[in-house]
Amino acid sequence: MDRYINAPISDEDAKQLRAGDCVYLTGTIYTARDAAHKRMYETLKEGGELPLNLQGETIYYMGPSPAREGRPIGSAGPTTSSRMDKYTPDFLDRGLKGMIGKGKRSEEVKAAIVKNRAVYFAAVGGAGALLSRSIKSSRIVAYEDLGTEAVRKLQVENFPAIVVIDSLGNDLYQKVLENSAKE
Amino acid sequence: MRIIQTSEITENIKEMCIEANHFLSKDMKECLEKAVYEETEPLGKQVLCQLKENLQIAGQDMIPICQDTGMAVVFMEIGQEVSLEGALLEDAVNEGVRRGYVEGYLRKSVVKDPLMRENTKDNTPAVLHCEIAPGDKVRITVAPKGFGSENMSRIFMLKPSDGVEGVKEAVLNAVKEAGPNACPPMVVGVGIGGTFEKCALMAKKALSRPVKEHSPLPHIKELEEELLEMINKTGIGPGGLGGDVTAFAVNINTYPTHIAGLPVAVNICCHVNRHVVREI
Repeated sequence: MDRYINAPISDEDAKQLRAGDCVYLTGTIYTARDAAHKRMYETLKEGGELPLNLQGETIYYMGPSPAREGRPIGSAGPTTSSRMDKYTPDFLDRGLKGMIGKGKRSEEVKAAIVKNRAVYFAAVGGAGALLSRSIKSSRIVAYEDLGTEAVRKLQVENFPAIVVIDSLGNDLYQKVLENSAKE
Repeated sequence: MRIIQTSEITENIKEMCIEANHFLSKDMKECLEKAVYEETEPLGKQVLCQLKENLQIAGQDMIPICQDTGMAVVFMEIGQEVSLEGALLEDAVNEGVRRGYVEGYLRKSVVKDPLMRENTKDNTPAVLHCEIAPGDKVRITVAPKGFGSENMSRIFMLKPSDGVEGVKEAVLNAVKEAGPNACPPMVVGVGIGGTFEKCALMAKKALSRPVKEHSPLPHIKELEEELLEMINKTGIGPGGLGGDVTAFAVNINTYPTHIAGLPVAVNICCHVNRHVVREI
């Protein structure tokens, strides 16, 4: 089912989304991938403060290509989420509501999604040119030294994504594999 | 002897890096268009339509097809009658990659040391493979490789007794494990035989072969067709969200091997299977 929702994602929306829903997101999301996750995780472990408050926010696992003049961003598709699995349960426990990436998640992440009533979306991998059209502005808010891996605040408009793991723990990828095993 | 200035190689590599990241080869494009018609799952079809539109936007607006513009893999077949003049070949190649990635607004995705992980900020160095070939030409293939699919590639040192069934199982397991992580529909490059490193290199090279071209060996052609059918029956589908089109092609290269071994390498590439070939 097609759903148009706002980001930050409300508790109510997060609860209602179901694996397989096609979602169009409008609002504010943040980017962070491998190096930014590692740095945030280590900051928390050392008792430091994060450059962004995770409460209710959505992280897009994405490192863009450089923007040409006059454009907000370059190519901007999702990267593989599983590399963030190590850090994710902790972030979810601290209030992270949504994640956008591609590919499978660990059982630990899935359990943390259910526990915190969060949601995991996939955007179409390798469609970075198309997805860049839904990004209206981009601003680096932390870790500029990481280049493409810096944390960016994005304004998105009808950003297309598919719910892969919902707040009840339904997993669209797993369903696909189970169906193929039956045949 | 024919003299070729390595500065000419630099210029070509620069252009090829930019071209490869914005335009797919004709055979890859045709595969995608065909898949849009053939896919029967609605969600799978929707993904394929997005990929088709993505390709159009990439070419029109000069936005890379994928933000992961890859690590630059460069194959060079250098004619035995060629004499290279100018900067050292490796430096000339890296200079081409540097210019291509900086001037072409491509993402810099290379870290200098695999453990220290500091970005080199210009996507160098390239991974360069050179071969000596007959003639007086230099044939260059630039194949930027993204790591979503590279990370899902596997090598298996099978036993001779595992035979062709073992090979099929290995390839299928690698593809199933890759699933949505490798951005299907994929192209599956397979190397069979040789040694550990030869096998991996054959798998990588197989990705640059046109998707409609089969191995000239009849039993390998048959294996390519059978594996493609098996992979598409997994139902993984476009984006791993379920469907009929999981792979566009299985390309296999083989080489003689040792009496004790049966190496199999599976190099998976996403639907953005980039490669540009030029001869100078």
